[in-house]
Amino acid sequence: MSYTLFMMPDFAKSFPLRPTRVHEVCGPSAASFAAVCGARTQGPVLWIREVWRPESINPLGLSIFFDPSNLLVAQVKDQNEGLAVAEEALRDGSTPLVIQDISEPISLIQGRRLQLSAKEGKSTGLCIIPDGMGSNAAESRWHCAPMFDPFPQPADSTLQRWELIKNKSGTLGSWHVRWNTASRRLHLVSATGE
Amino acid sequence: MFDGIQRRVVSIWFPRLASDRVLRMRPIEGPFALTLEQSNTNRIYCLNRAAERLGLSAGMPFSDARAFCPDLQSRPADPLADRRFQHALRRWAVRYCPWVGLEDENGLVLDITGTAHLFGGEAELLMDMRQRLSRAGICARIGLGDSRGAAWALSHHGEGSAAIGCALDALKDLPVVALRLEEKTVTALGRLGLRTVNDLASAARAPLTRRFGSSLLMRLDQALGYQPEQITPLADPPHYGVRMTLPDPIGVSSDVMAGTERLLVQLCEKLKSRETGARILCLTLRRVDQDSQQVELRLARPMRDAARILPLFERGIKDVDAGYGIDQMRLEATQVEPMPVQQLSHVSSGGKDRLDDLITRIGTRIGLEKVQRFLPADSHIPERSFLIAPAAYSTPERAWSPIRPRPLHIFPPNPLMGAQSTPTPPKHFRWRRMSFSTARATGPERIAPEWWLEEGSWRSGVRDYWTVETRQGRRLWLFFTPQNPGWFIQGEFA
Repeated sequence: MSYTLFMMPDFAKSFPLRPTRVHEVCGPSAASFAAVCGARTQGPVLWIREVWRPESINPLGLSIFFDPSNLLVAQVKDQNEGLAVAEEALRDGSTPLVIQDISEPISLIQGRRLQLSAKEGKSTGLCIIPDGMGSNAAESRWHCAPMFDPFPQPADSTLQRWELIKNKSGTLGSWHVRWNTASRRLHLVSATGE
Repeated sequence: MFDGIQRRVVSIWFPRLASDRVLRMRPIEGPFALTLEQSNTNRIYCLNRAAERLGLSAGMPFSDARAFCPDLQSRPADPLADRRFQHALRRWAVRYCPWVGLEDENGLVLDITGTAHLFGGEAELLMDMRQRLSRAGICARIGLGDSRGAAWALSHHGEGSAAIGCALDALKDLPVVALRLEEKTVTALGRLGLRTVNDLASAARAPLTRRFGSSLLMRLDQALGYQPEQITPLADPPHYGVRMTLPDPIGVSSDVMAGTERLLVQLCEKLKSRETGARILCLTLRRVDQDSQQVELRLARPMRDAARILPLFERGIKDVDAGYGIDQMRLEATQVEPMPVQQLSHVSSGGKDRLDDLITRIGTRIGLEKVQRFLPADSHIPERSFLIAPAAYSTPERAWSPIRPRPLHIFPPNPLMGAQSTPTPPKHFRWRRMSFSTARATGPERIAPEWWLEEGSWRSGVRDYWTVETRQGRRLWLFFTPQNPGWFIQGEFA
């Protein structure tokens, strides 16, 4: 199986997320998207999670993307606390990527505050949102879903469909991607004609 | 020491230190004893005078004591608190002289050379000591002599004071036990007919040394002042606190910050001179109306750089209610850690410092233990293959090497609905109200429970883990428990 680059529309224009902005991602594979973003980041990554969530991040699963020793996890009690922590961390800028799990819709003011602090601290923010709870202030919004690959792959990663569903400066698009664990890179996969 | 001043030593013995400490907190009438588990028996550790009068003694089994005296009240002993109490008494005793050391586990020794006249003489000094201790409810026996040995003997046996240069006169009728000898030696001396200090002092020295070694006569000479013995005064632990009293109350937060800065600079000087760094800082702001407010700052790393600590206080100080104004500020480093000076390197460590400051700032908002990082752990059990540690109290480790693929998300195992209890993965199943059909399954990977650790969720025995790729796209981590047939889902791959 050979990977061919799917050139239309240009993935490279949208994917390394535009720095100093806050982006959003939703869908069942949103956590993988966040992990890939973490892999493209130089330096520590802060992941803000609410305490009540039953699932936890498994650092061994994360290690195929980036070194888990670069990850800091902030356990917050509710979303407001999480937003405050995110704002603080974005403004500080010593963690180039701040990932936050969102459970309730965030208002325009809250989203805008995040954008301003990301701009001030020159850091990137990524909110993992439930479907349809995006904020208008987000720079871009992605929907990520796993896909079944009919051809068995030796690589231990899931074929995914990443769809750019909102983009403030550029076009929308959708791509099939797969993380290559050996080279630690994201590969674009041409859509199979089923 | 120059001639003319004779060394004088006071020894204080607290025969009931432990029980006095407890009874000071909550006085109890009648017999009272503290008990301690010693060599598998609950024994009496310390008891009050009323219990002693009834014939009880330290070291007797507590059950016997209850049989003798049914209305005996008791508490468990706390030797650690007793040590702290002894140290507190040592601090108190510094009011009499600067040289105060600990004696055994329930005594103090004071070198009062040249300080007795400040209290009007030795007799008055001892009287003052006795009065203060009895007012505090502490039973004490006090001995005064030219040497530490003489003072010890007098405090433990017959309380009194030896005049200057007359140690033997004061000690001569005391039993030989008063010389701090081993029990074996005391018994042997008794068999020889040497029962008092005077007997021993007048006996021929050479045969005694041959029979008992040099330690016996050393103790005798120490008591009689022929051989010197040192008193080791304990140093007070360094105090990391500074305070400032203001002539006029202040209330603007920038003023409070300026005051804090002055205190911090002083405190950091102190920390620097002792090569320590503060871990927890506590700023107490006393208001005009005598109310006080505290701002606690817990740092992600020991620090003593005033310029870096100050901005971290901003958030706490903003929340303080100044009321009618603040007129006293007190800053204390409640927890310090050693922080030796380090060679500056040409490789910049600025990023690390900034990250630590960020952890501190997030920590003041959500609690410092809530900012965590993962550490690798040596276990095949998925939940135990990593540790979660507070980032402020751990260093990152880079030893992550999963042998087999592991999911990105794990959760407590959910039973699978609609799955057959057979060892091969189910063709169709439901999970979180979604139906899935299996396209490919890889496995099994058998993981056995760690029998040396108790874990409720592993009671069902070994697990066969399967990586299941579903037609719906998701790749899930399922396991089957052969000893207790059932299918569960525990994770989702990225």
